[in-house]
Amino acid sequence: MSAQRNAPILQVQNLTTSFRTDDGILTAIEDVSIDVHPGETLGIVGESGCGKSVTSKSIMRLLPTATSILSPESKIMFDELNLAHCSEKDMRSVRGARIAMIFQEPMTSLNPVFTVGWQLDEALSYHTDLSKSGRRQRSVEMLRLVEMPNPEERLDEYPHQLSGGMRQRVMIAMALCCEPEILIADEPTTALDVTIQAQILKLMEDLKTRLNTAIILITHDLGVVAQVCDHVCVMYAGRVIEKGTVREIFHTPQHPYTRALLESIPKSGRREHGKRLPTIEGVVPALNNLPPGCRFAARCSIAEDQCIHNEPDLKDHAFSGRPVRCHIPINQTTAAAGSKGQA
Amino acid sequence: MALVEVEDLVKHFPVRGGILNRVIAKVNAVNGVSFTIEKGDVLGVVGESGCGKSTLGKTLIRLIESTGGSINYDGVDITNLNHRDMLPFRRRMQIVFQDPYSSLNPRLTVRALLKEAITHHKIVAEADMEDFIESIMLKVGLRADQKNRFPHEFSGGQRQRIGIARALALQPDFIVADEPVSALDVSIQAQVLNLMMDLKDEFGLTLMFISHDLKVVEHFCDRVLVMYLGHVVEEMSCVDIHENALHPYTKALLGANPINDPDDRRELTVLEGDVPSPFNPPPGCPFVTRCPKVEARCNDAMPPLVDKGEGHRVACFVVND
Repeated sequence: MSAQRNAPILQVQNLTTSFRTDDGILTAIEDVSIDVHPGETLGIVGESGCGKSVTSKSIMRLLPTATSILSPESKIMFDELNLAHCSEKDMRSVRGARIAMIFQEPMTSLNPVFTVGWQLDEALSYHTDLSKSGRRQRSVEMLRLVEMPNPEERLDEYPHQLSGGMRQRVMIAMALCCEPEILIADEPTTALDVTIQAQILKLMEDLKTRLNTAIILITHDLGVVAQVCDHVCVMYAGRVIEKGTVREIFHTPQHPYTRALLESIPKSGRREHGKRLPTIEGVVPALNNLPPGCRFAARCSIAEDQCIHNEPDLKDHAFSGRPVRCHIPINQTTAAAGSKGQA
Repeated sequence: MALVEVEDLVKHFPVRGGILNRVIAKVNAVNGVSFTIEKGDVLGVVGESGCGKSTLGKTLIRLIESTGGSINYDGVDITNLNHRDMLPFRRRMQIVFQDPYSSLNPRLTVRALLKEAITHHKIVAEADMEDFIESIMLKVGLRADQKNRFPHEFSGGQRQRIGIARALALQPDFIVADEPVSALDVSIQAQVLNLMMDLKDEFGLTLMFISHDLKVVEHFCDRVLVMYLGHVVEEMSCVDIHENALHPYTKALLGANPINDPDDRRELTVLEGDVPSPFNPPPGCPFVTRCPKVEARCNDAMPPLVDKGEGHRVACFVVND
């Protein structure tokens, strides 16, 4: 599979983002490295506070400059430009035009005092040379592309007049109006009903095939990951702990956390009905109180002494060659036996 | 034996407007819903946002007064009981809310939160209060030394445990759980679900479990009500729900739910059309605007719930032929 892959369009290397807080400097994500390929969907999964949103906002440089720090080693290579340390002027030519983002809350991410048409026009007037009427035409086309009913009328409506699913479609239309090479979707369907979620996921899938867009999908819903992602990156407490193709992650997870996460989802079928769910005891460690060793050690069922004292590096598993951050990664064969089964 | 029997329950919310603030419209949140819950059973209620599932739960335990229909609890018609007669039933019917952040008073410690209800319903004598509070906290997986902490000092999962402790403190026999795990992460969700399962067995609780997550309902519940725009469109056993579902809406919900298996990728069911406005629902079946199997007669009248055997009820003309 990797043989036919195109060269990555975005390479994130050793991304470390910290925040100045009342408790001193807290590092939200550390040493995150991911590659994004055109026409592929990369899923970033993890629980609240694992740093998945900070990763996406760091790539977009949307974090407050006064309180956030990207370490000097951080590299976000996009078309020979290091987004981590480029000027705001350079960033502005990329943001919205070549890398676009869809946010989690369609209710709060649109400006309530401007019409849908105004908000679509804003991005187009900044990034394109189209005339006013040309921009309006393009806005209608974009709304039609995201299958918005009556697009001409919608342009003059305000966000509050639209349902949640329609607002999310406006967000997607805004993100896509400049035909970006990379689309970052931060929990795009979390606030939506499953039937609407299905529509939005299908729409993103269509766009990926049609425009060869690279998609970074940030989510905590493993069902969504299984259905739409090609590659998956699992994060825990600010660290990437495992990477692989979606099949590898679901069928042969190597990190105990990945396996435990997969097992804790309710399964369907008579056999599983009403059984106790396997859980991960305890909670994610706080950023101002990180353990010296592996960040998952306190909740891990197979942790040893070395896990408590030394943090493992993200290194290729001897057996599969896949990167995993664990001293004692799960052997391929036992993992297959342990977590096989459909949901 | 049935613990809860609901007959033709209706809840309409008036919408006021104009300069005289008159009732100009009504929202039909719950429209003639009937069901029974057997003692010790868990009844799941699923549906999209706005289908009336939370209103049903709140109306059932009379946090909201119904517009019509009757509610029988343990053989007593509680629909029109006055405040004083209702009091013992208030204790027996508890609710756990969805949002563990906004449903706990931020100014009260865990101890005060629990004590308030215990004192009001005179569950234990003042002398035994501290021991009782501690025992309830242990039951839900909190430590007794956490009792003087405030809600903000707890994580989401722990707050939901406080919510459960508050319900449990009154020794109820029926709990309405309104999306109790929706706001929680997967691993925490599993912890809370296990806790509820254990408590149900230990105290012999009967539960109504409201959720939009079919995976959770399927795993946790015995039976499920599928609601659409204030109507029950299907009621069935939760075992083998995928094989037995008949109503086109239930099938669409199941089909839109992403499966956790990358080898089993399938076209997710996408429903065309929009949900009709609850101010002005269509005269016939509420699902006509999106139904893939719609026929002319569906526009004329609401199809009745027909029993297909073993308590499997479906409201659809096409399926019931």
